[in-house]
Amino acid sequence: MQYEAVIGLEVHVQLKTKSKMFCGCATTFGAEPNTQVCPVCLGYPGVLPVMNEEAVRKTILTGLMIESEVARFSKWDRKNYFYPDMPKNYQISQYDLPLCAHGSVEIKLDGGKTKKIGVTRAHLEEDVAKNLHFETKSGVDFNRAGTPLMEVVSEPDMRSPDEAFAYLTTLKEILISGGISDCDMEKGQLRCDSNVSVRPVGQTEFGEKVEIKNMNTISGVRRALAYEIQRQTAALQKGEKVSQETRRWDDAAGKTFVMRTKEYAHDYRYFPEPDLMPVVVSDEMLAEVRKGLPELPEAKRQRFIKQYGLPEYDAGVLVADVTLAAFYERAVHGAKNPKAISNWVTTEFLGKLAEAKMTIDECPIRPEHLAELVSLIDGGQISGKIGKEVFAEMFRSGKSPSAIVKEKGLVQVSDAGAIGGFIEEAIAKNPKSVADFKSGNEAAINFLKGQVMKLSKGKANPQLVGEILLRKLKGG
Amino acid sequence: MSLHTLTVHQLREKLRRGAVSARATTQSLLDRIQVVDGKLKAYLWLNAEDALAQADEIDRSGIARNGKLLGGVPIAIKDVINVEGQPCTCGSKILKGHTSVYDAFVVQRLRDAGAILLGRTNMDEFAMGSSTENSSWGVTRNPWDLERIPGGSSGGSAAAVAADEAFAALGTDTGGSIRQPAALCGCVGFKPTYGRVSRYGLVAFASSLDQIGPFTKDVADCALMMRVLAGHDRHDSTSVPQPVPDYTVALDKGVKGLRIGLPKEYFIDGMDREVDGAVRAAIKKLQELGAEIVEISLPHTDYAVAVYYLIATAEASANLARFDGVRYGARVTGEDVIDMYGKTRGAGFGAEVKRRIILGTYALSAGYYDAYYLRAQKVRTLIRQDFEKAFEKCDAIVTPTSPEAAFRIGEKTDDPLKMYLSDIFTISVNLAGICGVSLPCGFTASPRLPIGLQVLGKPFGEETVLRVAHAYEQATEWHKQRPGL
Repeated sequence: MQYEAVIGLEVHVQLKTKSKMFCGCATTFGAEPNTQVCPVCLGYPGVLPVMNEEAVRKTILTGLMIESEVARFSKWDRKNYFYPDMPKNYQISQYDLPLCAHGSVEIKLDGGKTKKIGVTRAHLEEDVAKNLHFETKSGVDFNRAGTPLMEVVSEPDMRSPDEAFAYLTTLKEILISGGISDCDMEKGQLRCDSNVSVRPVGQTEFGEKVEIKNMNTISGVRRALAYEIQRQTAALQKGEKVSQETRRWDDAAGKTFVMRTKEYAHDYRYFPEPDLMPVVVSDEMLAEVRKGLPELPEAKRQRFIKQYGLPEYDAGVLVADVTLAAFYERAVHGAKNPKAISNWVTTEFLGKLAEAKMTIDECPIRPEHLAELVSLIDGGQISGKIGKEVFAEMFRSGKSPSAIVKEKGLVQVSDAGAIGGFIEEAIAKNPKSVADFKSGNEAAINFLKGQVMKLSKGKANPQLVGEILLRKLKGG
Repeated sequence: MSLHTLTVHQLREKLRRGAVSARATTQSLLDRIQVVDGKLKAYLWLNAEDALAQADEIDRSGIARNGKLLGGVPIAIKDVINVEGQPCTCGSKILKGHTSVYDAFVVQRLRDAGAILLGRTNMDEFAMGSSTENSSWGVTRNPWDLERIPGGSSGGSAAAVAADEAFAALGTDTGGSIRQPAALCGCVGFKPTYGRVSRYGLVAFASSLDQIGPFTKDVADCALMMRVLAGHDRHDSTSVPQPVPDYTVALDKGVKGLRIGLPKEYFIDGMDREVDGAVRAAIKKLQELGAEIVEISLPHTDYAVAVYYLIATAEASANLARFDGVRYGARVTGEDVIDMYGKTRGAGFGAEVKRRIILGTYALSAGYYDAYYLRAQKVRTLIRQDFEKAFEKCDAIVTPTSPEAAFRIGEKTDDPLKMYLSDIFTISVNLAGICGVSLPCGFTASPRLPIGLQVLGKPFGEETVLRVAHAYEQATEWHKQRPGL
């Protein structure tokens, strides 16, 4: 019998806001434990929450980007359970009236086909603290507690680990493009749980669903789902039942393990949060958020291909990172050779950034300087090889390429007389190569070319060198 | 001259003129406390040195002599409101040793008005009770009869003001916890409209019902205190950004032409005869003063106690979840974290608090939510609408505050339901979110115990309530009576 998987994903996204969801504490990642806390986010007796409006706006913006309905009336609820990472032992969340509902994310499948994955809802809540376990004791770091957290719940619309991978990648791109979150999974800014079940192809009812937790990378999600689908399918094929449970993915072992079974299902006793007023989204607020709606990644990719004549690959690399795309667009503004600039951005620039472990914002290179570099090369003032040297210096100092070329005297030598001098010298020093060429080994000219370039310290115009050298060898 | 017997406005007059100093005032009060609090046990915590230091600072800076509303006046605070650097136990063992790390909004307001933050008053644990017998730290006694309860949950604040151990005090009212003890101790207790006074810094019992309010010796002081306490606070999303009138201005407008409603559901058979008599006499007095008396109906009154004990306990079950021994307060260690929770909460909470947490947890549980919590919320709306309709026919409502005068210590501790009925006339007010005051309107014959009159007003109708209360008070002598301690 043929089986198919049914997959739904719950994604938790930390919103990129300056302060926490219900107090003024900072949300900076990596601070010393318990330094970004106050009585409110520590759940001290008597404190009250005050809603962060920016977080609400970001959630609404997400809703607009995934074409969901934005609730004009939404409210807060308390979700009750005890755990040391919960300062109040209830989490302020949204239960029956989420800010966004009925959206979708379009993913690309192999062969250029697309598929819409439904998004049931996106709601806002507060993140919990982080428990730390030492040899004999445990500690709690409350810096994270109260960070605005958006939960995006998909419909069970995915049928393969690849579709889940594509959904997550696309959703992540959308969130980054909207400035909603940096979505860095290593920093816990994006976290994903998955529900997966397996059923015989053709059956309409769902099989018993298993929830998988602890998948820390997007490819980890794909691996976990592949494993779990295979495990469930094998069980069904043997005539066994799949039991409804929560399982933990162990990436190193490449397996899932039972965490808890259905009997331990929590009763969260949701009820409306009496400390907060309902959220009423006015026409004005919605219109204002709509104004900030960014170009979605797929649309931007298509525009890059058309407007700048880029191959799909280049467009993909550039658009995958909002800052990179913006950098590219600034560089290419009014420039004649967008493709050449793309080459520099996607290879040299990204390479140097990775090497220096630097972000685009930290890097001193200005986009317009990159355009200038390309035009220096295209205009024959410097060679491509010298270009790389100039680029390295730009990356170090942030100076303009023309300034560097001038300072270091790197202007390309296109003067036939000067080049002729180098060629005479090369010919004189390498009689064997000259003889080889003359006896029919045409490839020997390349060695001589290299020698000329070396003598000119790379500044000779390579095209001219080739032409004059050939003339001399043939005529001489 | 015994400074401690003065009202706040009398005292302020002397302080303003420089006739007395803040230090002398504070010392006089400390002396009084020294004499009577051994019997009453109204205070849980007091720091004479700190209070005198605050007084000296006020004398030195001249605050007492400028226009500050409470410059140099010591105020007692119910042990459920945070004052930075002072203990805040909420009458519970679970917060034993806990010191507040911040000021409540109202405390900041008091400081800004030049008040001295004197000490912490006793209360039913987490404000759950009507007699102050649920305090982990012992019972406070009624200054009129030491064998009787002062009411609750703000029993310490009420007893302190009634016994001249405080010029004024802060309490909190979730279902009558200011008005009922004010009635039973013979002082004035005011419950503001929900949202009028910030709850920031008040340790929540039931968030949608709690309000902070003052205990005072007379209605003029009550208006003065409300001027200081009321106002919008951006740290409390449920506080309302509505301008605060000068409540003292309305006091002398009289009741002529005002329509005063008597809810027929509140004048029922089985009410204590003396209470009934005193309240009816008060109504007659108001009529003599020119008020028009109209009968009104609040048809859903019968459901108020049931609705209250579902909503208040549901909210409390979540509000009190934070007391887990992880971050502050008492901790009893256990095998693991769940065991620690159980042991900490088991040892830290008293019986009534546990009873209410269990009730509230049950009311919110899957399968019961619709039948209990949700239904209670619907009936709450009906109760609110009862008042809306009633206020179409009248400007204020007058009722007894409590169905009986102060009862004996231990009399109702074995019967929670009987205890819950003690708040039968006050609970609807919190459910409807309106405002109300209790003020003295007579005494029982033997023993001689105070009886309270309740005056209720529309949402943000504080001025009308104070106006009616002041007119009645000024026409009677009840508020001048003091217990013979």
